[in-house]
Amino acid sequence: MEVILFYLTAIVAIMSAIFVTQCRNPVNSALNLITVFLCLAVYYVMLESPFMAAIQIMVYAGAIVVLIVFVIMLLNLGLAVKERYTHGMAGSGVLAAIVLFVANYFIRYGEATGTGGSVTSEVVASYGHTELIGRAMFVDFLLPFEIASILLLVAIVGAVIISKREV
Amino acid sequence: MITVNHYLLLSAILFAIGTFGVLTRKNAIVIFMCIEVMLNSVNLTFIALSRHVGNMDGQIFVFFVMTVAAAEAAVGLALMIAFFRNKESIDTDDFNMLKW
Repeated sequence: MEVILFYLTAIVAIMSAIFVTQCRNPVNSALNLITVFLCLAVYYVMLESPFMAAIQIMVYAGAIVVLIVFVIMLLNLGLAVKERYTHGMAGSGVLAAIVLFVANYFIRYGEATGTGGSVTSEVVASYGHTELIGRAMFVDFLLPFEIASILLLVAIVGAVIISKREV
Repeated sequence: MITVNHYLLLSAILFAIGTFGVLTRKNAIVIFMCIEVMLNSVNLTFIALSRHVGNMDGQIFVFFVMTVAAAEAAVGLALMIAFFRNKESIDTDDFNMLKW
């Protein structure tokens, strides 16, 4: 059952990722991007990380894609121009294939070592995933968390200033 | 049985597709979306390996990747709007003001 779900979701995710890169209308790319995010949320649930799945849907599908669609509609872009460089396409296709081949080689002939940490399925089931995340984030990673909040503040100020007509 | 290698292979495929899109498309917003696909494939790797190792650190990293992606979306789209106001286009071939 898990295997069937994995492969079905993988097919949907890969097809929609291809459509993200190939659709001529940017709005269609954005809608396919939502499908990719939802498929990844399914995988997060299968990996016993339901909190990350919820965050994935809320932040990516909820916030970032809405921002992208908003900008697409604000700029009122037409369809992509059909003018393409075939040698550029071929070169990037080769490069992407090399990336895929090297990653495939490492995954197939390598071994993911280092099992046996403290967070097992039973621990996740008894404590709850959200509590584990909160404990790790507010105890071990408190300083990065604060730095991330500063980063978001800077991003907000920067976005406002850049998109202002005159400073 | 689904092992961690299946997840790693899937995220490698998604990363390659995102790379292909970044290198072939000319619309800056589509390039941005392909970068999001690449970031998400890395997130999948982080969570799969975090569950494999039995440690929460990978999932905290995913949190920070999402934070940076949100900041990047805000600033990047503001840049595109500012550029569109000057050039009436967001085709990457027109991004040549710094060329000499």
